[in-house]
Amino acid sequence: MTPALLYGLSGALLVAIGLTGAIASRSLVRRILGFNVLGSGAFVIIIAFARRVAGPVPDPVSHALVLTGIVVTVSATAVALALAVRLGDEEDGRHE
Amino acid sequence: MSDAVLLGAPVLLPLAAAVLAFAGGDRLRRGVTVALCAGLALAAALLAGAAWNRGVITHHVGGWLPPLGILLRADGLAVLMVIMNTAVGIAVSVFAAGYFGGHDEGHAAGPHGRTALFWPVWFMLWGALNALFLSGDVFNLYVTLELVGLSGVALISLAGTKAWPAAMRYLFVSLLASLSYLLGTALLYGQFGVLDLAGLGRAMADVPAARAAAALMFVGLAAKTALVPLHAWLPPAHAGAPAPVSAVLSALVIKGSFYLFLRLWFQVFPVLTPAVLAQAVGLFGSAAILWGSALALRQSRLKMVVAYSTVAQVGYLFLLFPLATGAAASVAPLAIAFHAVSHACAKAAMFMAAGGLMLAYGTDDIRALRGAAVQASAPALAFAIGAMVLIGLPPGGNFTAKWLLLSASIDTGQWWWIPVIAAGTLLASGYLFRVLTVFMESSGSAAPASAPRVSLAAPALVLAVAALLLALAAPAVTGVLERAPAVGLPALAGGPS
Repeated sequence: MTPALLYGLSGALLVAIGLTGAIASRSLVRRILGFNVLGSGAFVIIIAFARRVAGPVPDPVSHALVLTGIVVTVSATAVALALAVRLGDEEDGRHE
Repeated sequence: MSDAVLLGAPVLLPLAAAVLAFAGGDRLRRGVTVALCAGLALAAALLAGAAWNRGVITHHVGGWLPPLGILLRADGLAVLMVIMNTAVGIAVSVFAAGYFGGHDEGHAAGPHGRTALFWPVWFMLWGALNALFLSGDVFNLYVTLELVGLSGVALISLAGTKAWPAAMRYLFVSLLASLSYLLGTALLYGQFGVLDLAGLGRAMADVPAARAAAALMFVGLAAKTALVPLHAWLPPAHAGAPAPVSAVLSALVIKGSFYLFLRLWFQVFPVLTPAVLAQAVGLFGSAAILWGSALALRQSRLKMVVAYSTVAQVGYLFLLFPLATGAAASVAPLAIAFHAVSHACAKAAMFMAAGGLMLAYGTDDIRALRGAAVQASAPALAFAIGAMVLIGLPPGGNFTAKWLLLSASIDTGQWWWIPVIAAGTLLASGYLFRVLTVFMESSGSAAPASAPRVSLAAPALVLAVAALLLALAAPAVTGVLERAPAVGLPALAGGPS
């Protein structure tokens, strides 16, 4: 098994774990974490593809994609968490 | 004018305006809004003129070539979408100024209250949509999809507590769909080593990775376009948002993901989209037309009727695939261009009219709107004209679209779409006349709590009339689609003229 394949499979595993968490969890925060794991899985797969070029230097485009993608997922997580906090406050207010 | 400016301005102007509107006070924000509307109108006109004279315009941002660089390109279809985005966006901006300016209910005051946040986020969404229409590579398109989705969620949440669960649900669907699309992108890059649509289209081969990528991307985009059976998130989100946001989401945002679906289908994956798959997509579209309309008939709130009507109207867009796939020439792409623009204008008009009625009456319960045709004639009239267009009465744009879809069905011998289009028209008459009849009831009509404001009705009326007269623009629409043809789409075969 080549390291690239190992990374690719780990990425696929992360995607599966993240997807399960994002869909099956009841808690909002767990679901948001699930999305993060899912996104990270996709990024690991993209990084694994950086080895597709021959030679000692891996493909830099993969890294550029993942860097951009991380920024996007961080923003998405921020929006999701802000909304989850407000929804949580709202529920606390109703129970009091 | 250099191509960098032509293609960059529609994207960068709104983003710059978003920063200014966020940082500045009320007065600066008003100035920025006016300047942005004027600037975008000018940018769209210049871009359309350039595409008309020179054909497809392309630009490599910063001089970087693919795969690392970002390719912007404007063909006829992209130009039409940018014009639609600009025109509807300006009307919604005018409406929003009146809508958020005139009432404080549920909206915190102050420069950074919820109302003030509408403007920067809306400008972000506006620019992200233009970026989506003009981008030529699948990864940049992923970024624009996320920008559109996240700003959409933020805008829905401005409606306050009641809208938050719908916003959260929209966020989850949107994220899941984007990640599905991203995985597809990863597989495509791993397999072919390119990201630009044109390069992918040339390299495409029937291999397992490409098949998986196509499945992931098409399902993700169908979910974002709310194609039945992935539509359940749309009505609560679109109906629960503030009226200007509902208008933007239903008229424009839905078109963004559909546009990307279309691009991938015809430019990137033509070797993987056989006729049988196109028929299946058409079946989902038909199910959307029938099911969305049937549910629209059962709604008791005006905004829910309009939102379910979006689920139904999205169905017509997907009839493009069975009618145009594999054809050398077809009128179906022209039909879809008409439908997309006409639905955008009519739907935005109807949501703005519904918002105006809601402000006047304090509710959008249909039974409470008895006699609105007299008591609140301006928004009721805008709603009625929009309804005429959606049903498909001539000379509205949807009439042209349906006419072309019917002739494409006959030309290709696919008679089975004809009863679907006919039934959709009947059902649309049903759910819209049900509302219009209540508007015209005189018995038990109640005066609205506050007089409907003309500043709210005017932009709705303008858009509704534009949708009604869209058939007159047929030579221009046909011309720009022929002069700057989109790669992979069948050539136009005869126009409506």
